[in-house]
Amino acid sequence: MAEEVKLFGSWASPYTSRVKVVLKLKGIEYENVEEDLSNKSPLLLKYNPIHKKVPVFLHHGKPIAESLIIIEYIDETWKHNPILPIDPYDRAMARFWAKFIDEKIQPAVWKTLLAGENEREAAIEEAHQLLKTLERELNGKKFFGGESLGFLDVAGNVVVWLEVSQEALGMNLLDKEKFPILHEWCQRVLDDDAFKQVMPPKEKLLAFTRARFEAFLGPK
Amino acid sequence: MAGSEVKVLGTWASPFALRVHIALGIKSVKYEWVEENLEAKSQLLLESNPINKQVPVLIHHHKPICESLAILQYIDEAWPSAPSILPSDPHHRAVARFWAAYIDHKLFTWLKGVASAEGAEGKKVALDQVREGLVVVEAAFWKCSKGRDFFSGAGIGYLDIVLGCFLGWLYVAEKRNDVKLLDEEKMPGLAAWAIKFCQHGAVKDVMPDKDELLDYANMVFQAMPKLNGQCPS
Repeated sequence: MAEEVKLFGSWASPYTSRVKVVLKLKGIEYENVEEDLSNKSPLLLKYNPIHKKVPVFLHHGKPIAESLIIIEYIDETWKHNPILPIDPYDRAMARFWAKFIDEKIQPAVWKTLLAGENEREAAIEEAHQLLKTLERELNGKKFFGGESLGFLDVAGNVVVWLEVSQEALGMNLLDKEKFPILHEWCQRVLDDDAFKQVMPPKEKLLAFTRARFEAFLGPK
Repeated sequence: MAGSEVKVLGTWASPFALRVHIALGIKSVKYEWVEENLEAKSQLLLESNPINKQVPVLIHHHKPICESLAILQYIDEAWPSAPSILPSDPHHRAVARFWAAYIDHKLFTWLKGVASAEGAEGKKVALDQVREGLVVVEAAFWKCSKGRDFFSGAGIGYLDIVLGCFLGWLYVAEKRNDVKLLDEEKMPGLAAWAIKFCQHGAVKDVMPDKDELLDYANMVFQAMPKLNGQCPS
């Protein structure tokens, strides 16, 4: 039975990329709809009227928004190759740390970019502490999910994207000397087959990041 | 899971801790409630939630689980027998999670914003924002409930708990600012839902008395007028 599976997203969005990685890991065929975020399509606005953002996942004509919510939906609908752990406690931990990444680490990274001269050092210190806290969670494992990519590795893609694109922002927040374990984890994630197929080419990402922040902050 | 030790670290005024109270009640799980003093956090709280040092924390088999939404889902999965907290259909679950995120990230943020808004104009803008958020959630209520009593249908579930825990603090904002937020005319669905929610068996004995909450809020805001929304999470 042919199923309608569509993903509205943007190549430059790590949140879209999360969903693409999971679809790749599960071998799910889908139609990719590339959105121009400066000129959002009527369909995107119809399917996500509240936030008007990517990614939006469409299955059997029903839309789902928010990357981590989409991933849980995919995991519950296509049950092979589970992304979330099976044990309820491990699932709760994965959800806790994914929230930590999105609600603590991401805003802290943004703060370092937007901070004025006087606040930058404090902002960097805060971001470093949060990244260190996340690094400790790896605790000797190859991936947060164990032997292979799991929910938290997918949610952690924003950290991987930061490592790749930070040079375009003239920063070294994720310094491999300060975070050797996190750095090695990033390399393993970048080397993963599913991730590799979905990650945009580095030069393209750097150019985009540079242009976006120059537009935002003025040329550095 | 009979005989398992279940502890909840919370405060009586915390809407997030209230979520855990209600969820465990729905599942008829026996638990020990530990009332925390947020000015002098217990060693157990600091060890159980070293990252955020916040309530609520659920401790089950000596393992701590933090973040109220993660706790609710854990409760549903660790005690899988009926009644369920989340819907069984994956799409309905996704919709419930979406609105839970909206309620926590938008509506609750706006509600906190009322407390920290300054000046009459600032307060008005903040209150209007809360009302707009409630109108959006009203529409979601009709879609989710499909004419039944609760977001989850005949009985209370995830979204009812996620929103319902804020009813006391909505009342506080209404009384402190002399306005109506949960307006029977603009939000008839939510207004009727709120009454039924508060009367529900798993809610009525654990929900803090709203006038006690108001007294508490008045005391807290008087002592620290610039405090940015005292809702321990």
